[in-house]
Amino acid sequence: MDMSVDFAGLKLKNPILTASGTFGFGLEFKRFGDLESLGGIVVKGLSLKPREGNPMPRIAETPCGMLNAIGIQNPGVEAFIKNKLPKLPWKTLPVLVNLYATDATEFGELAAVLSAEEGVAALEVNVSCPNVKEGGIAFGQDPRQITKVAEAVKKNAGNKPVIIKLSPNVTDIATCARAAEDGGADGISLINTLSGMAVDIERRVPRLTNVIGGLSGPAVKPVALRCVFQAVNAVKIPVIGLGGIASAEDAAEFLLVGATAVQIGTANFLSPDMAFRIAEELPKVLERVNAKSLDEFRGSLKLPK
Amino acid sequence: MSANNCRAVKVIDVTPLGHSSPGEEIVELKLEYPGWESGWRVGQFVMIRPVSWPLDLVWGRPFSISNADDTTLTILFQVIGRGTKRLAQLTKGEQVNVWGPLGTFFSKPKDRPVLMLAGGMGIAPFCGYVDSHDQPENLKLFFAHRPPLENYPYKALSEKVEVEDIRENKPEDIHSIIARVEALVKEYADKKGLVTACGPTPFLRTVRNAAIKYGVEAELSLENRMACGVGACLGCVTKDSNGHHTQVCTTGPVFKATDISLEG
Repeated sequence: MDMSVDFAGLKLKNPILTASGTFGFGLEFKRFGDLESLGGIVVKGLSLKPREGNPMPRIAETPCGMLNAIGIQNPGVEAFIKNKLPKLPWKTLPVLVNLYATDATEFGELAAVLSAEEGVAALEVNVSCPNVKEGGIAFGQDPRQITKVAEAVKKNAGNKPVIIKLSPNVTDIATCARAAEDGGADGISLINTLSGMAVDIERRVPRLTNVIGGLSGPAVKPVALRCVFQAVNAVKIPVIGLGGIASAEDAAEFLLVGATAVQIGTANFLSPDMAFRIAEELPKVLERVNAKSLDEFRGSLKLPK
Repeated sequence: MSANNCRAVKVIDVTPLGHSSPGEEIVELKLEYPGWESGWRVGQFVMIRPVSWPLDLVWGRPFSISNADDTTLTILFQVIGRGTKRLAQLTKGEQVNVWGPLGTFFSKPKDRPVLMLAGGMGIAPFCGYVDSHDQPENLKLFFAHRPPLENYPYKALSEKVEVEDIRENKPEDIHSIIARVEALVKEYADKKGLVTACGPTPFLRTVRNAAIKYGVEAELSLENRMACGVGACLGCVTKDSNGHHTQVCTTGPVFKATDISLEG
């Protein structure tokens, strides 16, 4: 079955991408599979300047999920361009870069730096990080800010597709999706993590130093699927679905509700070859459910009348 | 691509060691050797996640490689949490996903005395250290522990190298342990030896501070909570000597004492 995908002009050999923050800069996973067997990778969120992130402990395992409050630790965009990007097979593997900034102007500056890089296939804009004090989720909860950030990035992105990554921590995801579209985004991805908390009753302390973190993993999949379903029906631009995907069947669920592509996130921690396995198994799953093609299957969910 | 780096192997044996009591159960898990083409080095670790684990346990669990040969990979763990409780219930023949060997490793100088300082489960990598060393007569193991000695693979080590142990029966005993660690580190500074250590962070902090005080080369293996083990999640960082976050899984777990801070 032909698994190739055109996402806002971006040619992917299959719809399986990796989610930012769960796949490092891709290089960490070379020993566990063939990176070029994936549709693409989304690298760790980058900011203009290096960031140390939040104090430890900043991860906690919860039933069917995990909480993280890493706080966008990253080496900065220049170090990425100099040290990481040249080592990736970007000529044959679409490398999508996730961006984090504290205001629309800074997002624009980041986009300008990355738009000049041949090895960067697309920009994914993080307007939804729950784990940083500056900016972070505040953008993602205000549709006007989402539009403003999308406009700022799009203006400086050259010919690179701009994808806005949305937060599920909102009342109306459809409004946020439309806000991204209104700002000129070429696509959207969702969901980022759900705001969550875990505590230790023995020590009577939060499990994260940041107290609140972002919940991801299989626990969030029903929420993610609902958000993707609502977003797909709210906008004309293509949608990348993510949140709790841990098998090819899970990936197929997101495609069925209309996602053009999906990202594998926390499941990369269940096993470092998970994304490769899902990319390999997805065609078999689609054949098993009698899909004639990926296009025929995508969005073919039958709703109750 | 090397498929050897992540594969499902069978459980050969799961053995509770010694006379265990609640909260003190220490288990030796033997797995089929995953067939690592490039071998492994003492101090490296593996991530393991049994195939039978449902999605409620998301992460694999990191363990020092205690020992390995052409057929068997051995790890040791104490039953303390959700993951280790289930690992202790594994049965022969079950499949376990293993990825590794991961991280940095201990030096093994041939011409200098080596002091191995183990705190509790920190004894694990030293089993392999002793077995793979060409001149075990140059090695000394100091072991600080809470459960009884027979709960650990201590006897096998004591037959091969010089050993000394101290048990922490009550909180006040920690002062004797600190004093003895400092004295031993000073002794190996005088001998121009190498100090190696593995154990809980407060134990390693004592070793680090003493090593810097007396100017002896020391290598410390850190424990930390990890989600991926491969440098992707950034959940396992520690502070380096410049105060910057550095990943335990990839720049460690074995660090030179002078390269990390271990403070707060």
